[in-house]
Amino acid sequence: MALDLVPLWTLLLALAVFYYVVFDGFDLGVGILYGLAPVECRPTVMNSVAPVWDGNETWLVFGGLGLLAAFPLAFAIIIPAVYFPILIMLLALVFRGVAFEFRFKNEALRRFWDGAFCGGSAVATFAQGVVLGTFIQGFQVDGRHFTGTSFDWVTPFALLTGVALMFGYTLLGATWLVLKTEGELQAWSRRAGRVALIGVLAAIAGVSIWTPLEAPQIHERWFSWPNIAFLAPVPVITALIAIAEWRALGRDYEVTPFIAAVGLFLMSFLGIAISLWPMIVPFHYSLWQAASSESTQAFLLIGTLFLLPVILMYTAWSYWVFRGKVRGDFGYH
Amino acid sequence: MDALDPVFLSRLQWAWVIAWHILLPAFTVGLASYIAVLEGLHFFTRDEIWLRISAFWTKIFAVSFGMGVVSGIIMPFQFGTNWSRFTDATADVLSPLMAYEGLMAFFLEASFLGVLLFGRKLVPRWAHFFAALMVAFGTLLSSFWILSTNSWMQTPQGYTIVDGRFQPADWMAIIFNPSFPYRLAHNVTAFYITTGFVVLGVGAWLLRRNRAPEEARMMVRMALDLLIVLVPLQILLGDLHGLNTLKYQPTKLAAIEGIYDTEKPAPLTLFGIPDDEAAEMHGAIKIPRLGSLILTHTWDGEIKGLKEWPMDERPPAAPPFYAFRIMVGIGFLMLFIAIAGQVLRRGGRVYRPDGWFLRLCPWIAPLGFVAVIAGWTTTEVGRQPWTVYGLLKTADSVSPSLTGSDVALSLALYIVVYLIMFPTGIAFMANLVRKGPVDGNLEPDAVESGRPERPFERAAQQANAAGKAEG
Repeated sequence: MALDLVPLWTLLLALAVFYYVVFDGFDLGVGILYGLAPVECRPTVMNSVAPVWDGNETWLVFGGLGLLAAFPLAFAIIIPAVYFPILIMLLALVFRGVAFEFRFKNEALRRFWDGAFCGGSAVATFAQGVVLGTFIQGFQVDGRHFTGTSFDWVTPFALLTGVALMFGYTLLGATWLVLKTEGELQAWSRRAGRVALIGVLAAIAGVSIWTPLEAPQIHERWFSWPNIAFLAPVPVITALIAIAEWRALGRDYEVTPFIAAVGLFLMSFLGIAISLWPMIVPFHYSLWQAASSESTQAFLLIGTLFLLPVILMYTAWSYWVFRGKVRGDFGYH
Repeated sequence: MDALDPVFLSRLQWAWVIAWHILLPAFTVGLASYIAVLEGLHFFTRDEIWLRISAFWTKIFAVSFGMGVVSGIIMPFQFGTNWSRFTDATADVLSPLMAYEGLMAFFLEASFLGVLLFGRKLVPRWAHFFAALMVAFGTLLSSFWILSTNSWMQTPQGYTIVDGRFQPADWMAIIFNPSFPYRLAHNVTAFYITTGFVVLGVGAWLLRRNRAPEEARMMVRMALDLLIVLVPLQILLGDLHGLNTLKYQPTKLAAIEGIYDTEKPAPLTLFGIPDDEAAEMHGAIKIPRLGSLILTHTWDGEIKGLKEWPMDERPPAAPPFYAFRIMVGIGFLMLFIAIAGQVLRRGGRVYRPDGWFLRLCPWIAPLGFVAVIAGWTTTEVGRQPWTVYGLLKTADSVSPSLTGSDVALSLALYIVVYLIMFPTGIAFMANLVRKGPVDGNLEPDAVESGRPERPFERAAQQANAAGKAEG
């Protein structure tokens, strides 16, 4: 029983989180854009994510339960530290979720549920960004407990990452709309995508400069020799993707913008992973220190390896069924 | 108790979010099985009436299942936000059970529910029936895992303690801990009975208004057939569960019975006002020896009173004492209804639209939910002051960083949001009930415009279509 399952669980959890960020990211971004898009286009905006959003959101539970089961110490320290961002995110997601279901019910309440959809998406995104920022900054820990206050997350850095993620999800949402719509709305989405891209790049630059200045460990990781040589491609590739994204949004590419947006997220994700590795509670506990027992990880792995492929196949199938452009005149009304 | 005590407020918050959440599984577990039975009847007999009844309940199922998922997403995060020390201590043992619950619910939602809701014309008849069976099976699997988790907290075994944290030693012993079989049987039967009374109430309501009378009659008949078996069975299961509690959780049993002083033989306290401070029962109405008879199945069995344990290891007696009596009272009322229904069936008097029975049934329909909440209060408050019975105190389970005002604020927000969300959802389901079962032609089209729609949406459209068809 000397099999170390930590790397496998790290990979599974990282994939689950990345999957969640990209997939719920685009539908949260579409939710934000819903409030900004021309009024006559809004039904189409909502239709573009209607069949898939709830499947995307369930990955949040996967991520949460995965962290709890595989790295319970991290769950027990991180989640209380972001008590209010998590609370706000959950309630915003609830509102946004039921808005999908209730908004058509009657005209009088439709405006309320429209607001809930857009506002809920924006607030949930901001809260997730704050969680990310708080996570990168690290926590006040004593022994196995978070010992700070429930408002430690209110820092300029965490608020910056909150806004950054709003730009990021908006970019994903805009490029998703480029992919799924045509005509006037698609043209509008291209312009919205470029605005979001500028915000994303400013945010990436801000975070990339800020983190090494604040955390000597991260500075050491990136700028010591020979790391700087190995890691130089990360910013270079990010810059190339950004250029490709800008150009793709300006021409008639339909798929490339979304893929480039996912690429930007992947590079940012990698950047954070490089900065923090192997810490899961920066800068107190490593993945191995926070891991649950081997027996726990093995017991859950059996079922996960059986169920996960089936879920992924079904998800792929449902995206296939809903392929192609959406229109506003059917579906949700 | 300090009103801004983070432990007390965290318990209230937990109670609030789980009490609303538990109403959904209490309904969907039974309803999924009922739909599977209806789909099976339709599959084997090809009689369209089963299809119409099934389509009617499937719409309602979709709404309640959706609300169950939304309120369920909240639950796992509660362990981290408010109960981080509990999480740190127990995660190695409990987290896989919870994760399996989530995985199975997700697995079910992602695959077979879609086929059940939208796939009737997309897949062969047997595959649709199979999907209905799998959805029912999936809800039972979810119940299995979450009740195993809860039961382990009540009657822990199969663990070792290393540095104050529970470590798994034997997974079979952990999953099949002593109270689990009884709790699973008692809960699932409760869920079935709850659904049974909802189906009975809805059928009665429709019959009295002469809406879809043929279908409504069938609902009443099926519900009565189910209840005459399950309600007596549930009383038996409850008795067995009680014996199990006496053996493994004597303090909970003492609180339920309102016994402070050890008695042999023990009377049964029908009613009274428990006073934990004075450790005595005021104004108790007792029946001699009946306590021993029911709880030990002997004429003079001993039952230990709460005073056998130090003050700080006793649960508060009042909530389990009252909640248990509400649950049992509802149980016997249900037994009366189930028997009365059978008696009135002779000569078909039960279906008389102006009879007292059909008039009563819609009022009885929500009682199953009340009983579920009461039973849950009994078992959860009765476990206090422990989260893991006898081993980990509730006060040592809460997140250390939380202040009372933190939790007061979060609880207030949960209350506001749930008071918007749940009434809206319930009104929506009530609207579906009002429309009644409709013509089988209004069954969901398999795929419209290249893709199925969301369950609520679908149900609403059909409700509208049904309204138009009626008008």
